[in-house]
Amino acid sequence: MPFINFSKDEIQCKIVYYGAGFCGKTTNLQYIFGTTKDDIRGKMVSIDTKGDRTLFFDFLSLNLGKIRGFDIRVQLYTVPGQVHYDATRKLVLKGVDGVVFVADSLKVQRKKNIESLINLAKNLAEKGISIRTIPLVIQYNKRDLDGTDSETLPIEILEKDLNSMLKAPSFSASALEGHGVFETLREISKLVVKDVSRKIMLVDKQLK
Amino acid sequence: MNIVITKKDIDQINSCLNEMVSSSLAHSALLIDRSGQLIAHHGDTPEVDILSLSALTAANFEATVEIARILGEEEFTLLFHKGKNENVYFSAIGEHVILVTLFDDHTSLGLIRFHINKIIEELSIILASIFEKRKAPMK
Repeated sequence: MPFINFSKDEIQCKIVYYGAGFCGKTTNLQYIFGTTKDDIRGKMVSIDTKGDRTLFFDFLSLNLGKIRGFDIRVQLYTVPGQVHYDATRKLVLKGVDGVVFVADSLKVQRKKNIESLINLAKNLAEKGISIRTIPLVIQYNKRDLDGTDSETLPIEILEKDLNSMLKAPSFSASALEGHGVFETLREISKLVVKDVSRKIMLVDKQLK
Repeated sequence: MNIVITKKDIDQINSCLNEMVSSSLAHSALLIDRSGQLIAHHGDTPEVDILSLSALTAANFEATVEIARILGEEEFTLLFHKGKNENVYFSAIGEHVILVTLFDDHTSLGLIRFHINKIIEELSIILASIFEKRKAPMK
């Protein structure tokens, strides 16, 4: 639910990073926070447990510059990944404008990725949103583990598991090293802004 | 689904917040929507990270709604956090918006509540018209 503020010529949008526990949602935000300048981002807020697991959400506000004369501000959230925090995930999805689904490339996480994507579709549907129409980007994280002792799934398998129906834009990434993090953010921002721009044009027409 | 706020809407909201802040001697007041987006802010709190406060407030409020449901209530319509120096008072306005009032010991909770109650009806009408616009057909 974007906020279009004609008084300040500002649009606020909400992007949620979704995925199974320990897939790297928080690491994505931490990398973005650590590599962007102070003047375009706010503070990063994390509500986590002592074991570094997200308890409620992480939050980071970013200013993306102007489009059609409007300042675009995106608010990035993560959800807690563990199965039993479903109520919290539903709260964070409230008013969502776009989703980044972070998939864990580790072979042992294959089932959890699929379960988490199904959970996302279900929670969006409860809010009257279709996973097929909301701006969505899929990120295959932990690609830095390719060629190490940890067994990872090939991209083709991950695509088949998670993206064969959705056909969403997808990126290989290593949130830890930063590879693919901004490509993912750029794509989801582009999709969300495009979606919002369409709405601004409609509002413009209505106001005229 | 999108929320459009015109200059006229913001002027009306700011006028309400201004009246409440100055007569109750609060620091400042924020109007946020329940997904955590900041709608309006009035007052003097340069050191406060308003955007983070908005996100956390919405989450906090929604969590208490769930607590209320567990206890058989529909929701708790107000919340109050008391600190050593700073206090925060949260009030739900309709189903979409939360008013957050920040104040210190220069005023009292009673005075804050009195002045919030005075503006809540007016704010409800302004906000209802903003959220009604959202329902207009967007073809």
